[in-house]
Amino acid sequence: MHIHPLERKWIYLVLVVIGLFLAAIFYTALVRNIHPPSHLETIDSASLHLSKEFAEDKLGVWTEPDGTIKVTVVAARYGFYPREIQLPAGTPVTFRIASADVLHGIHIPMTNMGTMVVPGYVSEITTTFPKPGEYPMLCNEYCGLGHDHMWSKVTVVAKDSWPAAPGTATIGR
Amino acid sequence: MLDPAVRKLALSHFAVAFGTFGLAAVMGFYQVLERSGMFPALQSPGVYFASVSTHGVLMAYVLTTFFIMGFGYVTAVSSLKTPLWYLKGAWIGFWISTAGTVLAAIPLLLGRASVLYTFYPPVQAHAVFYVGAALLVVGSWFWCVIMIVMHGHWKKAHPGEAVPLPMFATTANAILWLWTSAGVAAEVVFQLIPWALGFKETVDVGLARTLFAWTLHPIVYFWLIPAYIALYSFVPKAAGGKLFSDELGRAAFIMLLVLSLPIGFHHLYMDPEQGTGFKLSHGALTFLVAVPTLMTAFTVSASLELAGRIRGGTGLFGWIGALPWRNPMVLAGILAGAMLVLGGFGGLVNASYAMNAMVHNTAWVAGHFHLIFGGTTIIMYMATAYYLWPRLTGKPLCSNTLPLAQLWSWFWGFAILTTAWHILGLLGQPRRISTVTYNSPLTFAWDPYVLTMVVGGTVLTVSAGLFVYILAQSYRQASTGTVPAYEIEYAEALGAVTRVHPLLNGFRAWNIAIAVLMLMNFGYPIAQFFLIKTFDSTPWGY
Repeated sequence: MHIHPLERKWIYLVLVVIGLFLAAIFYTALVRNIHPPSHLETIDSASLHLSKEFAEDKLGVWTEPDGTIKVTVVAARYGFYPREIQLPAGTPVTFRIASADVLHGIHIPMTNMGTMVVPGYVSEITTTFPKPGEYPMLCNEYCGLGHDHMWSKVTVVAKDSWPAAPGTATIGR
Repeated sequence: MLDPAVRKLALSHFAVAFGTFGLAAVMGFYQVLERSGMFPALQSPGVYFASVSTHGVLMAYVLTTFFIMGFGYVTAVSSLKTPLWYLKGAWIGFWISTAGTVLAAIPLLLGRASVLYTFYPPVQAHAVFYVGAALLVVGSWFWCVIMIVMHGHWKKAHPGEAVPLPMFATTANAILWLWTSAGVAAEVVFQLIPWALGFKETVDVGLARTLFAWTLHPIVYFWLIPAYIALYSFVPKAAGGKLFSDELGRAAFIMLLVLSLPIGFHHLYMDPEQGTGFKLSHGALTFLVAVPTLMTAFTVSASLELAGRIRGGTGLFGWIGALPWRNPMVLAGILAGAMLVLGGFGGLVNASYAMNAMVHNTAWVAGHFHLIFGGTTIIMYMATAYYLWPRLTGKPLCSNTLPLAQLWSWFWGFAILTTAWHILGLLGQPRRISTVTYNSPLTFAWDPYVLTMVVGGTVLTVSAGLFVYILAQSYRQASTGTVPAYEIEYAEALGAVTRVHPLLNGFRAWNIAIAVLMLMNFGYPIAQFFLIKTFDSTPWGY
């Protein structure tokens, strides 16, 4: 095969650049353990209200015995439940989300909190909010004609003024 | 030479393609107005999502499929210099696809199929929509078979000779489309149609999304390859030069075919139903498929530089000014290249495994694919239409300057529209909403960009109307007697290619490579739904 020397140089350059990109991705994935939310945990969407974790009185913000913060959310047309939650800044927070009906997507603008919510699966994502403020937690996947109105309010407060003490359950409403 | 039968066949395909394009463009205009929230009378989620669904289906499935089929027939006959094999089959395919389009359009326009163009189970559309979409694909398979058979016949008649590059690329695209459409065909035939007809009560959403991911992303390359054919075969010739490298063009088309198939999971990065390992592997292959596009960028730029220097351009950049900018094909090639650079950069961000989280499902994504698809791809379809029209109708274009104004406005429309969308995406605006309603201070920052979006959409709508007008007006005018010879001319390669390695002249080995890659990347991810306990969903309206 006949390749012009200039073209050969270009191809080498392209391969080096792509190689660098891939190296960055594999480094962050395999060494730093940074992945997109892939949880592969199944759940029956039709009986969420009967489940241990996603029953109505179990939704909201929980502080686990080890001090980590967990938020259980149900996505259903057209809202995220609970509708308002309060979280501390600068602290890792783990969201666990299940859909009661159709496909939804969840994200909080200006943060990297985001995942698809597929009926039949539990979506899990851990993130840290860098600064206090009031954020919309909105549905970013078309879920029906009321999709525009599907959002909840997340208030991120300074770590010190966040009310919950370790070991207690707080349901933010 | 294009005989009247092939000319009629091609023009019929183009009529459907560009007719639906005009309709879909008007819907696009309505959508930017509705989304802006400036015209309360227009606000209706029901109309908006019906309109978005129709716009997506018409632009992405109907315009592309019909254009690609019509262009493919022209390419096969003119580059191989043989009559069309199985004209009757081509018409059967045309009518099946047309019937499918009409069937799908009815529920879409009635708002009974507002499931956008990716279907979204367990939201359920009217069964007629799925049947229509399936027929559109079935009709296009006739085209695939005709292309592959003509490629084979020519090779048998010309042993050891290199298949002309435009036909080689067209055959690659036909094979790509057969592989690509298998995923969505399986989803529609085995899951959605029985479910929409009531034979099955529930649907496995995870499986449906995985099968759809099989079709995404290679379907994008199905749309893009004809644009690349024009870049390789028409642009260098129109600029007055030669194609810089024929062999690396072949290599690029093979890489597009082989590498684009097993990468669909980058659309599922944020989905819970697939594990990290397979996502990472799909992500790595996604980056590799940037290689043939970067090779194409080099080959086309080098061909243009060659032409510019032949025309007397000197110095490092002098050749750019020396190019015939008033030739629509050259102008489109340059503008397509510009949009491909910007859109490709956004694509690499989207493909970046974990970085994708910031932009997933935001307006950024709409900005990205409108730049690549609406911009790069469609502008080359437009330039190709301007080139083919006189050669198919026997009449010159109705104007020499209108096409230039149309192409420039298409470029600027997308420059304005997609810049706004990329910024809105970074500011967190979701892509699939109608009117913005979030009562949150964070979203006030979106307002100026929403206005910019309306400006871009307006420019594009005018441009789309101008395009349809030019084609219709040129077709309607009386024959002037200065009839072109119905000949399509392709760029010659700088180093004439007579013999190439069999691997660069056929697809047998590459099909095996694709099968292995697909098995590795989709085998277990599909099988898992039959191995683990999953919960199906009942149907929902919208």
